[in-house]
Amino acid sequence: TPDPLITEIQPWAQGFGDGVDAVRYGLPIEYEGDVIRRNVEWLTADTISSINFTPIHALEGTITPQGCAFERHHSGAIDLRKEDYRLMINGLVDRPLVFNYADLERFPRENHVYFCECAANTGMEWAGAQLNGAQFTHGMIHNMEYTGVPLRILLEEAGLDTAGDLADKWVFVEGADASSNGRSIPMEKALDDVLVAFKANGEALRKEHGYPVRLVVPGWEGNMWVKWIRRIEVMDGPVESREETSKYTDTLEDGTSRKWTWAMDAKSVVTSPSPQAPVTHGTGPLVISGLAWSGRGAITRVDVSKDGGMSWETARLARPGERMALSRFYLDTHWDGSEMLLQSRAMDDTGYVQPTKAQLRAVRGLNSIYHNNCIQTWLLRANGEAENVEVS
Amino acid sequence: ETFGLGRPALPEEIAAWDGDIRPDGTGLPKGSGDALIGEEIFAEQCAACHGDFAEGIGNWPKLAGGADTLDHDDPLKTVGSYWPYLTTAYDYIKRSMPYGNAGTLSDDEVYATLAYILYSNDLIPDDFILSDETLLDVEMPNAEGFIIDDRAETEYAQWSDAPCMEKCKSAVNITMRAMVLDVTPQEETSPEAEPEEAPLMVTAAFDPALAAEGEKVFRKCKACHQIGADAKNKSGPILTGVVGSPAGVVEGFSYSKPLIKVAESGLIWSEKELAAFLEKPRAYLKGTKMSFAGLRKEADQRAIIEYLKSYGN
Repeated sequence: TPDPLITEIQPWAQGFGDGVDAVRYGLPIEYEGDVIRRNVEWLTADTISSINFTPIHALEGTITPQGCAFERHHSGAIDLRKEDYRLMINGLVDRPLVFNYADLERFPRENHVYFCECAANTGMEWAGAQLNGAQFTHGMIHNMEYTGVPLRILLEEAGLDTAGDLADKWVFVEGADASSNGRSIPMEKALDDVLVAFKANGEALRKEHGYPVRLVVPGWEGNMWVKWIRRIEVMDGPVESREETSKYTDTLEDGTSRKWTWAMDAKSVVTSPSPQAPVTHGTGPLVISGLAWSGRGAITRVDVSKDGGMSWETARLARPGERMALSRFYLDTHWDGSEMLLQSRAMDDTGYVQPTKAQLRAVRGLNSIYHNNCIQTWLLRANGEAENVEVS
Repeated sequence: ETFGLGRPALPEEIAAWDGDIRPDGTGLPKGSGDALIGEEIFAEQCAACHGDFAEGIGNWPKLAGGADTLDHDDPLKTVGSYWPYLTTAYDYIKRSMPYGNAGTLSDDEVYATLAYILYSNDLIPDDFILSDETLLDVEMPNAEGFIIDDRAETEYAQWSDAPCMEKCKSAVNITMRAMVLDVTPQEETSPEAEPEEAPLMVTAAFDPALAAEGEKVFRKCKACHQIGADAKNKSGPILTGVVGSPAGVVEGFSYSKPLIKVAESGLIWSEKELAAFLEKPRAYLKGTKMSFAGLRKEADQRAIIEYLKSYGN
């Protein structure tokens, strides 16, 4: 029968839509109201010091819109005007300096796309399959185009002659919020690719991501990307702050703990189909879509398995992998309606291959929280629904 | 080549912001305190979240206990069992605590609070004077428990072979399913409407449905408050009959000085006053012991007050 949506004149084809200026800064159309950050309340005591999750199951491409990019605060997202913003550089520098926001916009700036992943992403899955959705298992990540000043330029403005040999020097960075979230970063990284960023995806940072200025530490755990950054101190050793000793350290089976585990290893996940993104179209053509990234370089290849890792097919990268940025991969396939155990496996340009949960556990035991980059499995049932499972 | 941007940081400005403390004690301010003094500060400033004995409440961090658990399942990581440097604890308390009122403890108060935490971990006796002179004398049990990231040696080499593509294993079994645990947040089926009508002072008939909503919101309060016939004072007072009652009248509860002051001047916990208090406790009553951040949504305030009303005297 002919489709009345085609054969009959529809209201939108007859009358007017909204005029310009109906919305001066737009939100997604109401039909996309499901594409939102979500919190897991039982994880933390209070939303002031908590995390929520990017709806990666519902996003495509690689750039995360700021409005749904995950948030992590240790003392709440503060309201800090550009006019009230100050950045101090002190310690082992020739000239301790204070910059205001306008000063930062007068230094040469760069643009780079980087992912920011919380070290705890997938942390709830160490002991077994727990949360049913890619948003919850892998959503502590976002990927934006940052505009900012290389930290190296600001350090050179303050002068590093006083610091002498830079090989054993560090910077300590802290934020203006009540938690201050201080972290120590080796000078080598500070002079390499760290950015003092004030824009993301072309516009000002959002309040929840550190407006007006945050640190961008490519490839390294999100906790080091200090928001509302107010001070950078050049030092001859690390502070060993709370966030780099009692937190963001990885306890192994024998009770010793790794510290300074900064880089995020290669990782990937199928974002669709997944528990929050079931197959609703039945058998036939099926696009398996996913994300891959590595904090140690660029993604070179992603393989997809439909049978829980017995056999693999190499997926198509939507674009050549970029360093420390998300890559989108696709497996354009045909679904016959039978059950599948979907997995993805990323490789980066260091030759590293994303490990299974069993491989990770063999080295680290079960008590780690952070840096879980295991291969994820979704059980896709004949009815198109998907579930988070763990396989032998 | 420099750009000539920025201005010199003044010594007073550096002193105001540069407070970090290093493992060798660099940066420790002069001062001292012991566990007895610290116990009072802890009860007043920290216990609402961390418990009277630093044992933690709900999901808030436990600061004491956990000795020798690091190589067990679910190790308990506290200042005593896990933290390698005591300077870290000083740095953190001084910088970020008390939660919601950061940076307000004097240097002596930080030493005393830290002494109480150490005492709660059985790491010092109650008469130990913790100071800039003695802090490094305290032995931290897990000081030697850390190694520097060794993934390059233990992981990267063995996970860099050309990966298997065919017949990688002979069988696959599902060993665990997220559905069994069932801890994934579910969407509310009827999205919470936020009624804008009915200002709080209008005396409305008791609304059982709203009170039921309020019971859910009250979960945020349960760590510190009990309500009902058998309720006891915890780190917050009993709330039975609070709506419409004078402030500061629960027997056996030690109120903050600011609360006693407003109670003496005749504060009644009307629905309006309660709503204002609940919205931003510390803004409403500076110095209150209630460390709760507040209920921003008016709908939540209304619901919880309705719930409190269901427990009249």
